Amino acid sequence: MAIPDQAKFERHEHDVLIIGAGGAGLRAAIEASAGGLSVGLVCKSLLGKAHTVMAEGGVAAALGYVEPKDNWKVHFRDTMKGGRYLNQWRMAQLHAMEAPDRVKELEEWGALFDRTADGRILQRNFGGHKYPRLAHVGDRTGLEMIRTLQQHGIHCGIHVYMECTVTRLLTGGDRVRGAFGYWRDSGRFVVFHAKAIVVATGGVGRCFRINSNSWECTGDGQALAYFAGAELMDMEFMQFHPTGMVWPPSVRGTLITEGVRGEGGTLRNSEGKRIMFGYIPELYANETATTEAEADQWLRESTSGIASKARRTPDLLPRDIVARAIHSEVKAGRGSPHGGVFLDIHSRRSAEDIKRKLPAMYHQFKELGDVDITRAPMEVGPTAHYTMGGIRVDPETQESRIRGLFAAGECAAGMHGANRLGGNSLSDLLVFGRIAGLHASRYAKAHGVPPLDEDEIGVAAREALAPFERVEGPNPFLLHEDLKDKMQTFVGIIRSEEDLRKGLEHIARLAEATARVKVDGNRQYNASWHQAIDMRNMIVVSDAMARAALARKESRGGHAREDFPDMDKGHFSKVNIVVRRASAGMEIEEVVHADPPPEIQNVLDEA
Amino acid sequence: MTMTKTVTLRVFRGDSQGGQLEPYEVETYPGMVVLDAIHDIQAKQEPTLAVRWNCKAGRCGSCSAEVNGKPRLMCMTRISHFREGEPIDVTPMKSFPVVKDLVTDVSFNFEMAKKIPPFKPRPRDPDGTWRMQQKDIDRIQEFRKCIECFLCQDVCHVVRDHKKESFAGPRFLIHLATLDMHPLDTLDRRELVKDRFKIGYCNITKCCSEVCPEQIHITDNGIIPLKERVADDYFDPIRWLLAKASGQDGKKTKVRLPLSTDAAVETSAATRAEKAG
Repeated sequence: MAIPDQAKFERHEHDVLIIGAGGAGLRAAIEASAGGLSVGLVCKSLLGKAHTVMAEGGVAAALGYVEPKDNWKVHFRDTMKGGRYLNQWRMAQLHAMEAPDRVKELEEWGALFDRTADGRILQRNFGGHKYPRLAHVGDRTGLEMIRTLQQHGIHCGIHVYMECTVTRLLTGGDRVRGAFGYWRDSGRFVVFHAKAIVVATGGVGRCFRINSNSWECTGDGQALAYFAGAELMDMEFMQFHPTGMVWPPSVRGTLITEGVRGEGGTLRNSEGKRIMFGYIPELYANETATTEAEADQWLRESTSGIASKARRTPDLLPRDIVARAIHSEVKAGRGSPHGGVFLDIHSRRSAEDIKRKLPAMYHQFKELGDVDITRAPMEVGPTAHYTMGGIRVDPETQESRIRGLFAAGECAAGMHGANRLGGNSLSDLLVFGRIAGLHASRYAKAHGVPPLDEDEIGVAAREALAPFERVEGPNPFLLHEDLKDKMQTFVGIIRSEEDLRKGLEHIARLAEATARVKVDGNRQYNASWHQAIDMRNMIVVSDAMARAALARKESRGGHAREDFPDMDKGHFSKVNIVVRRASAGMEIEEVVHADPPPEIQNVLDEA
Repeated sequence: MTMTKTVTLRVFRGDSQGGQLEPYEVETYPGMVVLDAIHDIQAKQEPTLAVRWNCKAGRCGSCSAEVNGKPRLMCMTRISHFREGEPIDVTPMKSFPVVKDLVTDVSFNFEMAKKIPPFKPRPRDPDGTWRMQQKDIDRIQEFRKCIECFLCQDVCHVVRDHKKESFAGPRFLIHLATLDMHPLDTLDRRELVKDRFKIGYCNITKCCSEVCPEQIHITDNGIIPLKERVADDYFDPIRWLLAKASGQDGKKTKVRLPLSTDAAVETSAATRAEKAG
């Protein structure tokens, strides 16, 4: 395939270019366009299909409608504790303070959250949140949010580029100048010229065999930023959601909302025993119920607006704790027939309640799992769900270390520390999507358009076409299957030095194979070509994840080491691990974690 | 050890110029859905086979196609749903131009969405909230379950035959119904619903409701009430506002009117008078 004439590439110019059109990208685009700038929004899929639609349980915001005692300080404390205090405190603070306004703003744009008896936004309990805090719409909150942002956004004058994938950021070696990509349908190249770019491309779940993510979650933004010279941080922290489907194989990993436990669902082993009472860590011992009676009293009272004196049910401990508990039960031989444990809502709520509160779960199990969850328990097990790590950004502006390059949402790091609380991702993307859009537009207003480097565009085009040029080479789909298996086995929910070293060997082998990959056919809607390009990105994030995991010799949040099972109170409690590209390849550095100032430390020490 | 079973799918291969059904044999496994089979073909037999998908959990509405002529989400169509030996023919949605294989050009829908005037809420209540009762939003929450798979657009024969005349189609009539029944919205879109989006073209065959994977009662709960409101309330702005404030069709429930209604009536009446004048 001849290299096309680069002067003929389709070109577009914008003040701000947003890459990624999930919640964070859409919110950033809305904010940037509010400043009267020209905004381009690039979606890998059709608009409104991004992984945000899969978010189920709710958006966390201390509105205080169900529990008036709730406020940003409590939310901030819960978030920092859930993240085992490795969060960038300023991001967690901004998030807790701004989330309520961001949720109210969605109502202004047409969102319809479930209501309290007095007509305000209803909030539900979720893991690690002290009070009922999650605004929700049944179990389809993400859909409501993305549709609201989409329906508002299309009237804001944003230029939307659908089914368009960016393969390189264009920086000329110093600052953001634009991006290079291809159209999915035709395979033709497109060059974006922009003053500022916001990367909001989501997660990395497709690196794992068992995952809850859609095909798009291949670490694109992290890899684009990495190649452009930005840093990645906290990559060792991968959230395995405790409750994915385990049977049948077709849907292994598909998400079951934490809302099931928020509505009273409980985890049991093959002996019928509620498992979580055996896994309450010291950090949460004071606030967690130790008997079934106390847990059930709390559930009953906290959902009826009664200030409960009972402590929280251990079924709603943070996700990392619950996921590892399930893993341990299965390993001890007390699992369900297909290698999970049982999640029981049928004996806890009426069939009518289940269908009303969890309609998507009911439907999903009935259609895909042959289980009626109003009559029988679900089989559940951990599934790779969310990366706390990502592009290292300035907490105030979301700007990376590359001038003009911003990041928001799951692909950015810092907000969640070592573990994210459920519900904090939907609020994260609203809060930081807005902040990134705002600061990107300020940056664009203050700076001219730097010229594009035509050589850089030529390199990007040749890189993209290389898989067509080769006479022979590995099949990209099979390489992806291989990577998913190796990441699951060696960089999965429980890690060890031995496994991580093996994992790194496999990643190196797959990196080499990916560089030789061959694709057939033409460029029109060619999935194998897209897979070849996505593989490059997945290799980068997998490599970063494994290296950071090897460096962190402790267990904390979404990073558990068999050989270092305890949370370190010394060195590793004070550092974040940063990954960057150097001349000799990927290099890592432990950077000292920023301590909060005294007035913020006081907020953490209260209660 | 269970015996491996195989199944044969016939998949449309082609583009806007035409194409044909090609048979592929696939090994099945428990729970397998049509989309799994398509992916298997893609990985092992035909790497260039084009298919659009995202979540594989029935949430995003990307993998719409026709299976044995019926509009379906491929990710929610179990292989075990078909009798042994029964052919499984997978073809692209008929109402939209084929891009390649199973992928169609659905841009018509995104263009239509832009033409609908957006939500415009009344001012907030004095305490900064908007009070709404759950029962008043139940119905539109049903509509907002829509995952924009466009299967309703695909099956709608008005879209198939008349789409160039800009019939909005079931998906966007449902969106218009959502806005019209939204307790907070203040914009009167009835003229547009009638004249621009041609609700009159719908002759209520309910094909759309039958194929909706979210089981939204598109016709009964959405289009028919919207038709009634466009017809009955066309010259009666006060009745329209009463209906709006109740969040229902105005005939079933009456709730306390929000404080701002008087102002809204005046504004609406003024707008209407302006338009009439």
